[in-house]
Amino acid sequence: MSETRTEGVRHFAHHFKSAFHEFDACKVGMWLFLLQEVLFFAPLFVGYAVYRALYPEAWHEASHLLDWKLGALNTVVLICSSFTMAMGVHAAQTGRKNKIVLNLGLTILLACCFLVVKYFEYSHKVHVGLLPAGMFTYEGLQHAKSPLFFSLYFMMTGLHGLHVLIGIAVLGWIWSRARRGDFGPDYYTPVELTGLYWHFVDLVWIYLFPLLYLVG
Amino acid sequence: MSHDAPAHGSHDNYLTHKRGLWSWLYTLDHKRIGLLYLFTILSAFLVGGIAALMVRTELWKPGKVFLDPDGFNQAFTYHGSIMVFMVILPLIPSALGNLILPMQVGAKDVAFPKLNLLSYYVFLFGVILAVATLFTSGIDTGWTFYAPYSIRTSTATIMVVTGAFFMGFAAILTALNFITTVHKLRAPGLTFGRLPLFVWCIYATNIIQMLATPVIALTLMLLVFERLMGIGIFDAKLGGDPVLFQHFFWFYSHPAVYIMILPAMGIINEVIPVFSRKNVFSYWGMAGAVFGIAVVSFIVWGHHMFVSGQSETANFVFSLLTMFVAVPTGIKIFNWVATMYQGSIRLTTPMLYAMAFIFVFLVGGLTGVFLATVSINVHLTDTYFVVAHFHYTMVGGAIMAFMAGLHYWFPKFSGRMYAEFPAKISWFLIFLGFNVTFFPQFILGMQGMPRRYYSYPERFTNLNQISTVGSYLIALGFVLALFYLIYGLLWGKKAPDNPWGAETLEWKTSSPPPHENFIREPVVTHGPYEYQI
Repeated sequence: MSETRTEGVRHFAHHFKSAFHEFDACKVGMWLFLLQEVLFFAPLFVGYAVYRALYPEAWHEASHLLDWKLGALNTVVLICSSFTMAMGVHAAQTGRKNKIVLNLGLTILLACCFLVVKYFEYSHKVHVGLLPAGMFTYEGLQHAKSPLFFSLYFMMTGLHGLHVLIGIAVLGWIWSRARRGDFGPDYYTPVELTGLYWHFVDLVWIYLFPLLYLVG
Repeated sequence: MSHDAPAHGSHDNYLTHKRGLWSWLYTLDHKRIGLLYLFTILSAFLVGGIAALMVRTELWKPGKVFLDPDGFNQAFTYHGSIMVFMVILPLIPSALGNLILPMQVGAKDVAFPKLNLLSYYVFLFGVILAVATLFTSGIDTGWTFYAPYSIRTSTATIMVVTGAFFMGFAAILTALNFITTVHKLRAPGLTFGRLPLFVWCIYATNIIQMLATPVIALTLMLLVFERLMGIGIFDAKLGGDPVLFQHFFWFYSHPAVYIMILPAMGIINEVIPVFSRKNVFSYWGMAGAVFGIAVVSFIVWGHHMFVSGQSETANFVFSLLTMFVAVPTGIKIFNWVATMYQGSIRLTTPMLYAMAFIFVFLVGGLTGVFLATVSINVHLTDTYFVVAHFHYTMVGGAIMAFMAGLHYWFPKFSGRMYAEFPAKISWFLIFLGFNVTFFPQFILGMQGMPRRYYSYPERFTNLNQISTVGSYLIALGFVLALFYLIYGLLWGKKAPDNPWGAETLEWKTSSPPPHENFIREPVVTHGPYEYQI
């Protein structure tokens, strides 16, 4: 695609009238993308609501087997990462290169932290057999429907984890571009859009944490 | 595309702007991407059509004609899944939408050209993944992939379902692109009240695509995990509920019906005013009706599940809501007729298809009201009455409108005219064949013939044979269309810029249009259908 470059900084695609026009359109696109993301997670939340309403005892029993401390730790980690992300966007808007690089780097680090904690949680559950219904081997739960809770647990946190993973990849790309000095007050669209995505991913977790870890 | 490509004098257009296979495969031009979609989708249409002919041929008489029962199950599954997911859903929004919509809003391109190309390849990947199963164990679940059978069957469900997932993803990206384009790239003076109704219809479709497709995408992924590791959400054996799958499936698939029909209505909205030489009757009534349909489409999915064990209350509510769809649809039909009234009508091929659309879609829509009535639906569920009903809306609606649009915009995107005479013969064969095929199926359904059955009692033979003959007529019509369209594409006489005397922006540029659509940015000063008769 042809990019009109003037003075090496402001560039925008040929079918836009100005850099701001492009920025504006990109933001509309990103919000629309996030809108469909909400609907993408929706069936899991609906499935959760349906089965929780049908089998509240099973949900009560099963959610006690999740470690709320690790969940809370991850919540804090993600909230911090949202903060560093916001700082990164702000740094890009005000054109302080080192601060962009630092804040994006911290965001990536915190995201990795989140996944490490998640890894320990998962491996413990695999170890004791708290798996999706078809492979569930854990003994000591009374309610016959409790395995369904873990099906939903793995699907919901798994899909969220996948989004974190994609977020890390995108952040890594933005981070390397920031180091190259691509962003400044004239052009920071990718940082802003990644920020929107990242806050969305955090927000999903803010719902997942109480629904899965705290309902018991 | 870079600007350093050599200009071919005043004859430079998007087809000749750059040459070579690579320039097509890596194009960012929305018109070329539209043609890539068109080519891919029409190839899929051929495969799905052959599957349909296999189904109809097998039903020539009771018992075996040439397929065994498993082969028959696969034939109707491929026919359904290909025609729904690879043909009718993307046909108008992705192929004709890409070709025409950016020009109609006076833009140089869609908002995100790279994303547009990406969504084409995501779509293509999905198509290849799904069609490749023809060479493996096939698939026999029907296009609805209902659990629990889709969890248990030994056929290649995962591949087809993943293919559908990717096609859905492509549709979401295209929708996102178009919505942004309509909001941000309209030409000066092109207010929302001056948008062509095709743009309104595609826009409403895109909203449905954005909101409904993610739901089916995730549901299909859950089905894959159901098969891979038994998550049990849709599996009663593991504590889940197969009916939940139906809810999720129809939460998408009912709005999807309007993903198919709203763009079709958009084309009819363009064709009828142009060939009646009259301003469209009630512009805002038309635009409003489209959004009315889009909104109602999200709250009627339960009418697919009247016999799936819903509560009586749910049945009643969904039945009532479903009938509301008839109101905006009725507004549209009355407005089209009112647009034609006292117009100076030219019976060109697009207009013939548009009039055929109104007729068959009316039949499809009215039988829809029958089916929305719970007491009737209980008797007609899963009979050929349902099959006839949705073919009257999907084929009679979407395909007729697509043919109208294809002929209407053919001079624009190819720069050449098709031949009217064979086009009218072909129209006649398709219109006649369509009614001969599907009208008897209403009667068969009323008499109790269930859909998807391999064989049937002797007394149904006559009507089945009429139906099969009709399907061959349709095939003949499409084969004829293929020939004269290819002839027109290569040797047809050169098309003027505005052969139909239309007022929308795509006709204000040359045929075929230049690479960036317009030499000078157009400025709009009046509505899209203000003709001087």
